[in-house]
Amino acid sequence: MTAHELLEKIAFNVIQGRVEAEDEGFDEGLEGQPGVTELVNDALAQGLEPKEIVLKGLTTSMEAVGEKFERNEYLIPDMLASAECVGVAMDILSPHLMKAGVEGKGKFVIATVAGDLHDIGKNIVAIMLKGAGYQVIDLGTDISVERITAAVKENQAPFLGLSALLTTTMRVMEEVIQQLKEEGIRDRVKVLIGGAPTSIEFAQEIGADAYCKDAFQAINLLKTTVT
Amino acid sequence: MIELFRPGIVVKPYERLNAEQLTWLDQASLSILEDPGIWCYNERAATLLKEHGARVWEEDGSGAPCWRVSFQSGLIKEAVAQAPSRFVLGARIPENRLLIDAEIPRVYFGTGSEANIWLDAEMEDFVSKTNSDVEVKVPRYTEQRGSTALLSRAAHLCDKLEHLDFFIRPLNIQDPEITSDNHDVNKFFASLNNITKHVQAGLTSLSSLGDVIKMAQIIAGGQEALRDNPVVSFIACIFKSPLQIVDDTAAKVFAIVEAGLPLVISSSPQGGSSAHIQEAGMVAQINAEILAGIALTQMIRPGAPVLYGSVPVRARLDDLHDLYGCPEFNQYNIDCVQLARYYNIPCYSTAGVGDAKVPGMQALYEKLFTHLYMAMSGAQYIHYAFGLLDRTNTFCPVQAVLDNEQIGHIKHCLQAPKVDREEIEDTLKTVKKVMASSHRLFARFARKAMHRGDISAPYRFETKKLEDRVIENALIYMQQLEAQPADHLNPEIQEKILKEIPGILPSLAQPSTAG
Repeated sequence: MTAHELLEKIAFNVIQGRVEAEDEGFDEGLEGQPGVTELVNDALAQGLEPKEIVLKGLTTSMEAVGEKFERNEYLIPDMLASAECVGVAMDILSPHLMKAGVEGKGKFVIATVAGDLHDIGKNIVAIMLKGAGYQVIDLGTDISVERITAAVKENQAPFLGLSALLTTTMRVMEEVIQQLKEEGIRDRVKVLIGGAPTSIEFAQEIGADAYCKDAFQAINLLKTTVT
Repeated sequence: MIELFRPGIVVKPYERLNAEQLTWLDQASLSILEDPGIWCYNERAATLLKEHGARVWEEDGSGAPCWRVSFQSGLIKEAVAQAPSRFVLGARIPENRLLIDAEIPRVYFGTGSEANIWLDAEMEDFVSKTNSDVEVKVPRYTEQRGSTALLSRAAHLCDKLEHLDFFIRPLNIQDPEITSDNHDVNKFFASLNNITKHVQAGLTSLSSLGDVIKMAQIIAGGQEALRDNPVVSFIACIFKSPLQIVDDTAAKVFAIVEAGLPLVISSSPQGGSSAHIQEAGMVAQINAEILAGIALTQMIRPGAPVLYGSVPVRARLDDLHDLYGCPEFNQYNIDCVQLARYYNIPCYSTAGVGDAKVPGMQALYEKLFTHLYMAMSGAQYIHYAFGLLDRTNTFCPVQAVLDNEQIGHIKHCLQAPKVDREEIEDTLKTVKKVMASSHRLFARFARKAMHRGDISAPYRFETKKLEDRVIENALIYMQQLEAQPADHLNPEIQEKILKEIPGILPSLAQPSTAG
C-alpha cells in the first residue's frame, strides 16, 4: 500500500469509526479489515511522518464526521466512535510527535467534582476533546478541590473542564474557581463547566469562563471564544 | 403461501381467559345458538341453514318474514371448522399484501369506519391579552362533509403512512353526484387509485358487486389473478344484535362468498343495550353471532376466506352512545381475539377509537389505551386504528399521522426479544472491551443495533422547550407526506375502468403515476 493509500484508509476508518480490525463500521461488511490502530502502526512502520498522519489521516476525516453529524447523517455513537479512533491514534502518535517537537492543541484537565459520581457527560466530552487533538488529563469522578487545582498546576494546563450532575454538587465548581484564585493561577486557565443542573447564568455567577451544553459546544467554544 | 407481504408485528399474545373460561364461553355461545337460537330475516339463509340440519321454523309477529333457527352445537362446529385459517389479502404491489394466519399472531393495523366528517386542522396565532409579547399557535379545526376527493386524499396519505397496513375506506362519500347506485364503484375507485395497500369496504348496494369485482379484476389482471391476489375484500355486519340476521346483508354475504372474495363477518353488539354489559354475557353473545355468520359462509361455499369480525363495544350509561376508550372495551375485545384463536380463524379486531372530538390529550389517552392492549392480544387485523375521532364519526388526517407514530412505537415495543446465543456472545465481548477502555462508555457499541433499525427514534413530534407543539409538528409532517406523489393506477388501467364500469366520476381519474 502506498503512503497516500494508507492515509486515505486511515481517514476512511476514522469516518467509519473503526478502532481496530474486529470493529464494525458505519457501513456493512468491514469487520476483519484493518482498523485505525493497525493502520496507524503500519504507517509509522512505513516511515510516514506522524504530523502528516495527523493532518491527512485524522484531522480532515474528523471534520468530515462533524459535517455528517451536522447533516443528521451521524448520531452521537457515530461521532464517539470516530473520536475514539482519533484518540487511540493520538495515543500511538504522541511520543513520536513529541520527539519531532510537534505541539498539540494543549492540555485539558477534566473532572467530575467532589461528591458526584456521574461521568457519562464528562467522558463524552473527554473522548471528543481527545479526538479534536487536545491532550486530555481525565481525573475521574468525585475529585476534591485540592486535587483538581493541583492537577492544573502540575500540568500547567491552559484548560479545565468541570462536570456535575447534582444540584448539591454543582456548588463545588465555585469552590474550585475560588481555590484557583487563591493559588494565583486563575488567569492562566480557562474554566469550562457543564452538566444538567448548570447553565450560562450559573457559569457567570460562579465566575467560570464558559458553560458548555454538550461536547460539541465545548469544542466549538475552544475553537472560537475561549482560546 | 406467498413470499412477499407486509411484515406486521408478530407478538406473544397476552390472554385474559384461561382454558376453562374459554370453554365456558364457547359452550355458552353454542347454547345460545340452540336456545333461543337466532332470528333470521333472510329466506335464502334460513333455507340453507335448514338444508344443513338446523331446526328452522317461521316466526310470527316480527313485522317482516322471519325464521327462527336453532343450531345443534355439532352443526356450528363442523361448519366453522371448514373456514381456512390462512389466506392472503392482496394489494396492488406484492410487498403490501397481507398474510393472514390464525396460527400466527401477526398484527396488522389499518383504518376503519365510514365517517361523514373530515376534520381539517390548521395552526392559528394568538396573542396574550395580558402580555402582547406572548404569542402562541393553537390548532383550529374545521369540518367538511366527506367526498370522493377527500377519500382520495385520505388514501394517498394512508399509502405514505409506513405503519398503516391496510385501508378500509374511512370516509363516507357525499358528493352531489353520488347516489346509492354509484356509491360503491366510486369509493372503491377513489381508494384503489390512490393507495397500493389492501382495500376493504362494506357494500352499499348488492347490485354494485359485479362492477366492483370487475374493477378489481382489471387491477389484479384477470379473474384468476384476483383470486390469487384479492386487492379488495368486504365487510358484512350480518347480525343486528341481539341475534338477528339482517335480510339485505345476508344477501350480500351470499354474493360475496359465491364470488370467492374474502369477507369479514362482523358483529358489534353494545354492552348495556343490545347485549349484556358484563364480560361473560357480551362475549358469549357476540361469539354466538359471529359463529353463526361464519357457519353460514361455509355452508354457502366451504373454505370461503373469512375473518372473525369482533367489534364489541360498551354503552355510556349517561346517554347510551358507544364508549370505546374504556377498560371494558379492551376486556371484551381481547376475549374475542382469544376465541377466534380457539376456533383457528383469523381475527378482525378494533382499536384506536375514543370520544375525543379533536386531536389532543384525550384522544391520545383513549387511543393508546386500546392500540397497545389490542396489539398485545395478537389480533391479526386491527381496524379503526388511524384517524378516527368522535367515536367513529370523524376522520381527521392529522390524527392519522399522530396514530401512525404511536402505532410505529407500539410495533417496535412488541418486537420479539432479540436474546439468542449470538447476542449473548456479542454482549460478553462488548462488556470486556468497554471495561478495558478508558471511559467505560457503551455508546460506540450502540451503532450496530442503531444501524440495523433495532433502536427506536424519539417521538417524532416532540418539542424540546416548555411548550407543546405536537399537532403543529404533525401538521408539518403531514404536509411533507402529502407533497409526495401519489402512486396512481397505470393510466391505461384507469381508462379501461372508466370505460367499462359505469358511474365513476371522471374527476377521480389521475393523469400520471408516481412510477
